[in-house]
Amino acid sequence: MNTEKSTIRKIYEWHEARLPIVSWLDHSLGTKYPVPRNLNYWWNFGSLAMFMLAVMIFSGIFLAMNYTPHVTMAFDSVERIMRDVNYGWLIRYMHANGASFFFIVVYIHILRGMYYGSYKAPREVLWWIGLLIYLAMMATGFLGYVLPWGQMSFWGATVITNLFSAIPLVGDSIVTLLWGGFSVDNPTLNRFFSLHYLLPFVIVGLVFLHIWALHVPGANNPLGIDAAPADKIPFFPYYVAKDVFGLAVFVVIYFAVVFWAPNLLGDPVNYVKANPLVTPAHIVPEWYYLPFYTILKAIPNKLLGVIAMFGSILIMFALPWLDTSRVRSASFRPVFRVFFWIFVANALMLGWCGAQLPEGLPVILGRIGAFWYFFHLVILLPMLGWLETPKPLPTSISQSVLKAAE
Amino acid sequence: MANTAHGHAAEPAGDTRRDFLLHSTVAVGAVGAAMMVWPLIHSMNPAADTLSLSTTEFNLSGLAEGQRITIVWRGKPVFVAHRTAKEIEEARAVRVAELRDPQTDDVRVKKGKEQFLVIEGTCTHLGCIPMGVKTTEPHGDFGGWFCPCHGSHYDTSGRIRKGPAPLNLHVPPYQFISDSTVRIG
Repeated sequence: MNTEKSTIRKIYEWHEARLPIVSWLDHSLGTKYPVPRNLNYWWNFGSLAMFMLAVMIFSGIFLAMNYTPHVTMAFDSVERIMRDVNYGWLIRYMHANGASFFFIVVYIHILRGMYYGSYKAPREVLWWIGLLIYLAMMATGFLGYVLPWGQMSFWGATVITNLFSAIPLVGDSIVTLLWGGFSVDNPTLNRFFSLHYLLPFVIVGLVFLHIWALHVPGANNPLGIDAAPADKIPFFPYYVAKDVFGLAVFVVIYFAVVFWAPNLLGDPVNYVKANPLVTPAHIVPEWYYLPFYTILKAIPNKLLGVIAMFGSILIMFALPWLDTSRVRSASFRPVFRVFFWIFVANALMLGWCGAQLPEGLPVILGRIGAFWYFFHLVILLPMLGWLETPKPLPTSISQSVLKAAE
Repeated sequence: MANTAHGHAAEPAGDTRRDFLLHSTVAVGAVGAAMMVWPLIHSMNPAADTLSLSTTEFNLSGLAEGQRITIVWRGKPVFVAHRTAKEIEEARAVRVAELRDPQTDDVRVKKGKEQFLVIEGTCTHLGCIPMGVKTTEPHGDFGGWFCPCHGSHYDTSGRIRKGPAPLNLHVPPYQFISDSTVRIG
């Protein structure tokens, strides 16, 4: 056998000695990254989120090549993308629906973390960075929705920027600063385009920190117990293969919507060009903001409504301490598991209320739902940790498998 | 002086010459950075050309009694209403102490021109345009304006009476430059 190293091997080792990027990748998402052997399909959504981030950045770069951020031209430039630019319709529908699918994936990813207690020690910072990514996504999504300069773009921008006018004393100055004028206008559109292009790269940076913070304690798992080294398998090839399979299934669903129902999640009012003198009869944000919009509408006081809406997201930063139970996984918390699903159902109901006109039943349901949202997080979770008797935990991942086999 | 340049060991902790240099350098650097931040932030405020578009003139002579119209000032709608005697009466009959944003009708119009109400057509809740300019639109429970976004009701003086908005519709700065012409801004 030839003991001489091949030329390619020599070049590789020469380069690796100077910039060990291949080893770094191998430790990050390769053979040197040990992962619990029992992850279920809910753990696919992290990699799916990364995939969607890449889709959004790439489709967005190509949209920007044909988009004009000016109040007189923005709407028409988007229509030109849809009608005249080669495959412009495909790129735009991928981008617009991509935002929805990015949020679907991330909501499932967040709820998975909440079900399996992934936010608990020692993963609090990992949870925080995830929330920062989510906040940056919300901001990016909002900024991007303004760019086509339709009626819903314009009035959504007006309502959301006016949220800041609720701040005592400096509120109006802040809103003027955000607008660069006395109403949502061309300066607003310009800066929204600039920031919409910037924030995804901030998200990329946060994703690096998120994965770094993930690698320090390692991944949680459906049992929520610390995985022994013997219970771990390398990320490559095992979870790469599993993630790619999940990705294939996901992409089928994503493109089914892109091709056959591209306006399913959009609002037809946004195909009317922005008119600063006519407010649409019913302003609705994109679906992924609706639960929070309901919380805003539920409180009949401007400042308190705005505080409750932002508070409903910011309170999630305290979740690792609001949940006083030491058991991570809901699989061993029979009472918590019931309330978790009530929380999910409540969030869906809040979303439904957000899309309705602010009168009658939706207002009442919205108030009940908003109350329950905070009640669950602030009262119920701390109480459950003290009152609930969890089921006995397995001593290791392999023990749980062997017991099940008996 | 030469001694102080050598090593920390001989110095009392916390107030060496080296610490002084470090802290003053950081302080001056921080002030410098802050001074650089302000031009960037202020560049986002309204530019000179935006500010220069700040006045609008309007002739009221064509506005019939009971009619309301919308004009544009600084890119935003301004409602001008030629109020009927009944509307003025209603606006004055309100007990000011019971209002969320207490203001008499007098301070919201010009003396001698009480029939003309000039208000910014921007809901003080979240900035939608209230309905009520056209007779066919809803006017709310108090005969003024009604904001469809989150359900704020304004009276015939543009004051908030019901719903989430915290303040009355703003009265923009304006003056009568002739008997029938107003300049807003």
